[in-house]
Amino acid sequence: MTASSQTQAPILPHHFHKPSVIVRFRENLRKSWFKYSRNKLSVIGLVVVLLVVLTAIFAPLVSPYPQHASAFVDFENAGQPPSLRNLLGTDVFGRDILSRIFFAFRGALLMSIVVLAIAVPIGVLLGLIAGYYKNTWIDTLIMRTTDVFLAIPPIILALAIASVLTPNLMNSMIAVTVMWWPWYTRLVYGMASSCRNEYFVIAAELTGASKAHILFREILPNCLSPVFTKMALDVGWVILISASLSFVGLGEQPPTPALGQMVSDGARYMPDLWWYAVFPGLAIVIVILGFNLMGDGLRDMLEQRMG
Amino acid sequence: MTDILQIRKLKKYFVVGKNADGPIYLRAVDGVSVDIHEVETFGIVGESGSGKSTIAYTVMGMYKPTAGEMIFKGQNIAMEVSRRAHHLKKELQIVFQDPGSSLNPLRSIRQLLELPLRLHNVVPPNQIEEKIVELLEKVELPPDYMYKSTPSIGGGEKQMVAIARALAAGPSFIVLDEPTSALDVSVQAKIINKLLDLQQELSLTYMFITHDLSLMRNMANRVAIMYLGRICELATAKEFFEQPLHPYTRMLLSSIPTVSVEEDRMKPKKVISIGEIPSPVNIPSGCSFHLRCPESDSRCVKEDPEMVEVRLGHWVRCHQFPSTYSAGEQTMPRPNKF
Repeated sequence: MTASSQTQAPILPHHFHKPSVIVRFRENLRKSWFKYSRNKLSVIGLVVVLLVVLTAIFAPLVSPYPQHASAFVDFENAGQPPSLRNLLGTDVFGRDILSRIFFAFRGALLMSIVVLAIAVPIGVLLGLIAGYYKNTWIDTLIMRTTDVFLAIPPIILALAIASVLTPNLMNSMIAVTVMWWPWYTRLVYGMASSCRNEYFVIAAELTGASKAHILFREILPNCLSPVFTKMALDVGWVILISASLSFVGLGEQPPTPALGQMVSDGARYMPDLWWYAVFPGLAIVIVILGFNLMGDGLRDMLEQRMG
Repeated sequence: MTDILQIRKLKKYFVVGKNADGPIYLRAVDGVSVDIHEVETFGIVGESGSGKSTIAYTVMGMYKPTAGEMIFKGQNIAMEVSRRAHHLKKELQIVFQDPGSSLNPLRSIRQLLELPLRLHNVVPPNQIEEKIVELLEKVELPPDYMYKSTPSIGGGEKQMVAIARALAAGPSFIVLDEPTSALDVSVQAKIINKLLDLQQELSLTYMFITHDLSLMRNMANRVAIMYLGRICELATAKEFFEQPLHPYTRMLLSSIPTVSVEEDRMKPKKVISIGEIPSPVNIPSGCSFHLRCPESDSRCVKEDPEMVEVRLGHWVRCHQFPSTYSAGEQTMPRPNKF
């Protein structure tokens, strides 16, 4: 508030000055960062996430051997242990594991982004509608359908869908999306149905606001902060599920690298070529940990802003 | 003096369960008839669970009445708000008890005030900003508050914003549902004075609901006291506080804590308060107050008393008061002000 009163552009000269949008945005950003950075672990999480995202985007530039990410064979260097030449060793075809991990991040992140970009809007919208029409047939229809999806163990459902369809990245995305939206529906349903009886919603209704206004302007913004937190956490979980699917051969197909597929290939050469399975596995752990820590920080930040 | 709102035999029952005889009802409002005059403050007092807020919410259209009529400026409003004509949503506004929950914490005050202005085309879109400044001035808030959100301002200021929002649409009738009970005593007087000023300035009719009797005395022109969904006494504020007739009114007035000897002298002779209000699910037979009434007799247990006008404009529901006026068509008194 204090900084905004220093930088002002006049709009209604006889009355007051309106704080500029950029100044207010910077203020909010600084406050949010203060809350986020109070927990050092969430800062570490953010750094890990940024590194993973950057290496995925710039994989052809940062990988020591970008050509190893496709069908490439160099039997002379097959099964080399970690060395200065291949920091994380090579696989049985002589491909650099570090380079393949960097390229596998691409598929994993793409998958999480696509899955969440489809599942979250669907889940949130259904939860919002069901919460607003609580105790009507609309609520029953949406929430019982959601229950059916939630009752099936997610990995089994994804396996079933992915195995019926041709195994590739696209179809594993479809499989994971189908099992992912109900979590958001249930999350938002709970928030929206309690928000629906808040006096500010009733006040808007009494003055004649439209259903669209009430759903999207009054209720939805008040349900979003746990959604954002859950999204950050879920990026990690989607990566894990996609790794599980590719571990059993239902995800990205060789020669394109995928983390789960690398772990499953490498597991056959344990313990002689231990680096073959261990480093991709470690990469999964680090990515998921990073997103989880970031999600925790996001929750601290958003929950306190609510009050 | 014309009536702005006529309520006839209004009932609002809530289904709370089911037994062999059918549904179990909570009789929140059980036959209330009242006329509210233009530009008056009509006060409703009562304990928690007496149905005073339910009347207000039914008038606002949050509930569909179980039975009865509500006529607002000649139009039937005995229905939910979604079925009412659009201009009625402008005419009837409400200020809730807790401004913390009645104002969306994620919207700026500008957005909050803009909504009713846009919905009811109060001003052309290019004058909305000026109108918001004007509204904030009316409730004595600085104009740059429009860029703040409600969690960053004080409780009294929030309630002022809620009042400004109620005024934005340009209403003629405002329900005040315990507008000061969530606030500090120091800001209560400010809010009440502001409301009274605005009433004069904009010719507003208030339905004022509270359980604070001293506040009621300062605010209301006429007062109705409710017990288990019914009005048991209705009088001008002056008569209500100076010559209370119903044993329940006397009991409540005698229980007000006082701060001075003068005030204490004004109170009715001590009536001992017996017990608490029964559940509106099991309303006692006969006069619903007989269980707690120090003056009850066998007649009160069996017979339900009628509302009787014992003096012009002073109505009581008690067997002690036989009718002196005709108990037929209700003729309401003029308020003591205006």
